[in-house]
Amino acid sequence: MATALAVVRLRSLFAVVMLAGIYSLVTAGIFLTLDAVDVAFTEAAVGAGIATMLMLGTLALTGHKQTPPRHSPVLPLMVVTITGVVLLWGTHDMPRFGDPDAPIHRHVAPRYIEESPTEIGLPNMVTSVLASYRGFDTLGEVVVVFTAGVGVLSLLGFRRRRPPRQDSESSKEESDG
Amino acid sequence: MGDDRVLRVIARLLIPFILLFALYVQFHGDYGPGGGFQAGVIFAAGIILYALTYGVEPAMRLVPRRLLAPLAALGVLLYGGVGVATMVLGGKFLDYSVLAHDPLHGQHYGILLIELGVGITVAAVMLLIFFAFMSREG
Repeated sequence: MATALAVVRLRSLFAVVMLAGIYSLVTAGIFLTLDAVDVAFTEAAVGAGIATMLMLGTLALTGHKQTPPRHSPVLPLMVVTITGVVLLWGTHDMPRFGDPDAPIHRHVAPRYIEESPTEIGLPNMVTSVLASYRGFDTLGEVVVVFTAGVGVLSLLGFRRRRPPRQDSESSKEESDG
Repeated sequence: MGDDRVLRVIARLLIPFILLFALYVQFHGDYGPGGGFQAGVIFAAGIILYALTYGVEPAMRLVPRRLLAPLAALGVLLYGGVGVATMVLGGKFLDYSVLAHDPLHGQHYGILLIELGVGITVAAVMLLIFFAFMSREG
């Protein structure tokens, strides 16, 4: 929470990227305490690791300082506040956390828990659901990842590689500056 | 990027274990936490750490980018190919039970193969995006 507030306040984008990485790491810790180890894994590796790196790469391409906004922050703040209140109000109807009678625990989850050891035979139920019961969804996710790669390549592309000597010079200048 | 010797030595110590851990997460995902997505990301993170400490050029020599785009496609094709194979063998799309005589073994093989496809695609795409950003730098 404190990290999120700091991210909003800070103007130095480098610090913002670092704090966002820390935020991801803390989130991974929260997932871990909720026993969602698979999600925690992904959050730690993607959110704290690779996303931070890509942000840093973007910073290297653009600038390190945020330009001060020209419009007043009142309207965006109002929109955000209203959306937040509506979202909080929406959670009011939701069943309590961990409630065994919640609809999500009575739909297909019991079948997964009871049948997957005999149907799939894997100790890790998350893998059974992800790869077998929901195999089609996962295929869609992989295609999404692939499409993202294709999209970035078509937008950025590869610049022709410079000779290595020139590259080491430019990197030295960067570390000096 | 930097010439920090401490960083380089530590990275050299850590990277083999990161890559090995990625393979462990990949192939042990059926039993413990993890799977293709996580393994691919961890593998890519290991290579990215190498690129950060030893420079992008050596990393690009290590993982040629001409290879990455075909690998990304190969993962998706492997996943889809398993689905088509199950259809050819008389099951539904992605119904792994028909892959072996014992339905349980079939499920096992199917999940192993599609997780491999996921891992290959995710690692290749992450590295592609990273290299695409880094190749424009400067």
